[in-house]
Amino acid sequence: MLLRNPGGLIGLVILTIAVAVAVFGPLLFPTSPWRMVQRPFLPPFTMHGLPLGTDALGRDVLAGIIYGARVSLLVGLVSTLAALAVGIPVGAAAGYFGGRIGDALMRFTEFFQTVPSFALAIVLVAVLQPSIVSIVLAIAIVSWPPVARLVRGEVLSLRTREYVQAAIVTGQTNSWIIWREILPNALSPVIVLASLMVATAILLESSLSFLGLGDPNLMSWGYMVGAGRTVIRQAWWITVFPGVAILISVLALNLIGEGLNDALNPRLNKDGR
Amino acid sequence: MLAFIAQRIGKAVIVLLAIVVLNFFLIRMAPGDPAMVMAGEAGASDKIFVAQLREKFGLDQPLPVQLYRYVEGIVTLDLGFSFRQQMPVSKLILERLPATLLLTGTAFVISLVFGVLFGTMAARRAGTWADTAITVLALIFYATPLFWIALMAILLFSVTMDWLPSFGYETVGANYTGLAHVLDVGAHLILPATTIGLFFMATYARMTRASMLEVKRLDFVKTARAKGLRDAVIQRRHVLRNALLPVVTLAGLQAGTLVGGAVLTETVFAWPGIGRLMYEALLQRDYNLLLGVFVVCSAMVLAFNLITDLIYRSVDPRIEFAS
Repeated sequence: MLLRNPGGLIGLVILTIAVAVAVFGPLLFPTSPWRMVQRPFLPPFTMHGLPLGTDALGRDVLAGIIYGARVSLLVGLVSTLAALAVGIPVGAAAGYFGGRIGDALMRFTEFFQTVPSFALAIVLVAVLQPSIVSIVLAIAIVSWPPVARLVRGEVLSLRTREYVQAAIVTGQTNSWIIWREILPNALSPVIVLASLMVATAILLESSLSFLGLGDPNLMSWGYMVGAGRTVIRQAWWITVFPGVAILISVLALNLIGEGLNDALNPRLNKDGR
Repeated sequence: MLAFIAQRIGKAVIVLLAIVVLNFFLIRMAPGDPAMVMAGEAGASDKIFVAQLREKFGLDQPLPVQLYRYVEGIVTLDLGFSFRQQMPVSKLILERLPATLLLTGTAFVISLVFGVLFGTMAARRAGTWADTAITVLALIFYATPLFWIALMAILLFSVTMDWLPSFGYETVGANYTGLAHVLDVGAHLILPATTIGLFFMATYARMTRASMLEVKRLDFVKTARAKGLRDAVIQRRHVLRNALLPVVTLAGLQAGTLVGGAVLTETVFAWPGIGRLMYEALLQRDYNLLLGVFVVCSAMVLAFNLITDLIYRSVDPRIEFAS
């Protein structure tokens, strides 16, 4: 279904390439991306083997981008899974039980939605000390509320369906009904949201790394742009290429999200095209 | 109406209080014993001085008492002391706040005006090359990291073409007055405001387009058409007015993102606002200042949400003020 959507197909192809680069790239570049390989500020397309040039410390820009793909995709994926792990139970409980529990859970969710998310992420990573774990945690903490709200809405509408009522009558436990009857049917909008969340998480990670809050042991795209910023007048390529990498991966994920949305929710297909 | 406003303000105050409490625990989570950190920052760390600091800041008190004092301080606009800058945090923030309000306000207006304009253009010419171009551009800007757009803008308009200044709030040492000063600040404002504006412009354009296409199908539009109204009137008075409602909601929800955008953009353009202040606090690991900025940002977002809520209700007469 997704394959019939041109945007979704393009996104999927790009993402597949990005994943392949992240998985197999380091085999082609076995040396550390932090290592000095040539003179600093080597312009791109001038030397064989270093197509994207070197940065201010003589590090290979291409190697940095390849290793950075790992960090971006990993952080994007893991933080989204973590956000789902919080958002789905909260939303499901709020929608299923309703009443006071539901109200309390939704107030809690609204609170996290009101707090400026990027500022909170900055504060969290700074306080917990920059590391891949604190970054994933911070992104998950600021991005779970939309999941909870979405799941709650779906559960609210599904719990009145006859098959759920039937399950209640036959004496199934609440958790069985939520996990086996309701959630599987609420999955498709969650999948769409999740693919868009991975994109947002990649943007968040790169922004944090750009501000110097990245994991100091891992090469990431945001860090590369941040490091190239001060020398942008002499060496444009150090900031341009990693930025393009971020742009392309986020774009691919957004395209996939939209393609999935059109495929899974055909009713919402936009007309006029 | 008044009851509604009072209720909303009450709710905002409760949320702000919760944020302050969260902030208090975040400060406690920050690495190092606060008294030792403060002593270190003040440049002395003998035991007597540390004990004095503990007493002065109430760090020898039980946690609930400390929390109470912290909240009390914030209510009286005391956000703590920045030892790095040797100034009260609130004073530092107040100095920088106008620049941020100018930047985010300009960016907000730019993005809303052009976003709705482009979205309307795309929706009215749905399926044509103009629509495709706007949709693709919106998709791209929506996926581009803000700090990178900022850098590319500098590369293009400051380094390559030398049209606009790339950093600061005004030309250093020029001492312009009157109109010359306004123009100078304006020239410095264009790049940062457009950078933040582009991302949101993309968001609003996408939303306006989708929303207009949806409203267009509704029955009242057919009625208007059947009445023989001109297309321009239908589009403006019937379709756009209704299609704008979700855009206003979105604009309200985006306030927090706007603040985040300000942190990144002010950092790149050395714009002397609270976003830049947050970055400086980050570099120096000045936790009091960092968390002070965070509280102020949250308060700004709450105020903004409150305002959009009120606007929303006056734009959409179907919503009643009684909750």
